[in-house]
Amino acid sequence: MKEVLKDLDKAFENRVRLGIMSALVVNEGMDFNALKELLDVTDGNLASHLKSLENSQYIDYKKEFLGRKPNTFYHATTMGIEAFKKHIKAIEQLLSTH
Amino acid sequence: MHNKVLSNMKTDYIKDLEQIKDIMNRSTRFISLSGLSGVSTGIIALAGAIVAYQTFFKGADYLVYETVGLSGALTGRLLVIALATLVLSVISALFFTRRQTKKQQQPAWDAQTKRLLINLLIPLVAGGLFALMLLLKGFVGMLPPVTLLFYGLALVNASKYTLSDIRSLGIIEVVLGLLAFWFIGYGLLIWALGFGLVQLVYGLLMQKKYSL
Repeated sequence: MKEVLKDLDKAFENRVRLGIMSALVVNEGMDFNALKELLDVTDGNLASHLKSLENSQYIDYKKEFLGRKPNTFYHATTMGIEAFKKHIKAIEQLLSTH
Repeated sequence: MHNKVLSNMKTDYIKDLEQIKDIMNRSTRFISLSGLSGVSTGIIALAGAIVAYQTFFKGADYLVYETVGLSGALTGRLLVIALATLVLSVISALFFTRRQTKKQQQPAWDAQTKRLLINLLIPLVAGGLFALMLLLKGFVGMLPPVTLLFYGLALVNASKYTLSDIRSLGIIEVVLGLLAFWFIGYGLLIWALGFGLVQLVYGLLMQKKYSL
């Protein structure tokens, strides 16, 4: 039981961060606005959670230009994908204990 | 006390898993397919097949039925029937899909829609052009199997980007396409079955399954 709890990742305790990771592990990359629309959150809220996932090195971004507009594309890092998988596994184990 | 905490925790995590699944689906798949699109395109296909049948086979004797040599005028008429069926189907499918996206408050044109359309259209356009060339070269009997085959393969390909039910529909169309070639004398009938009846029944089933 304790070991399972240890595998649960603090970074994913927040719903927005969990949502960001869910979207980024199944997509090659998503831009800020697509994430915003998908998760239905405010700019500031999304930005702060993106920043925090960036600091854990779970996600990374690339700046691209669409015409003249700069666009930030976020994607999950290998480390982030591994952490996400581990987190899901821990949840599943927790749920399978009576 | 400890048990209560644990069970609360579990409820939270079950919600987490549901949210993860929902976000993964919404961010990768186009979920606003409408069953009514299937029903309406099925009906239009049946109507098209009946018109085609009456144009070519009505009043014709058995020998003519067997050979169906097409004059230029008949080829033109078949082309008109085919295009009318296609255009009406696309319009009705767009109409019901748009209605569904509004109902589900989903964006109609986003990355998921684009991904679905591109993957549907690659096999479909290739098949459409191939069918057109067959018609122009006079291989009219090849049209039912070829259109069924390419449509089925297009659906199988597109199913990765939308409701997974589409995959089995695609497989059925592929099988019907092969049958339509083997029993080539029944091509139009099998075509009507695949594009008409099967599509219609599938639409009804999906409408029932997803309209809660």
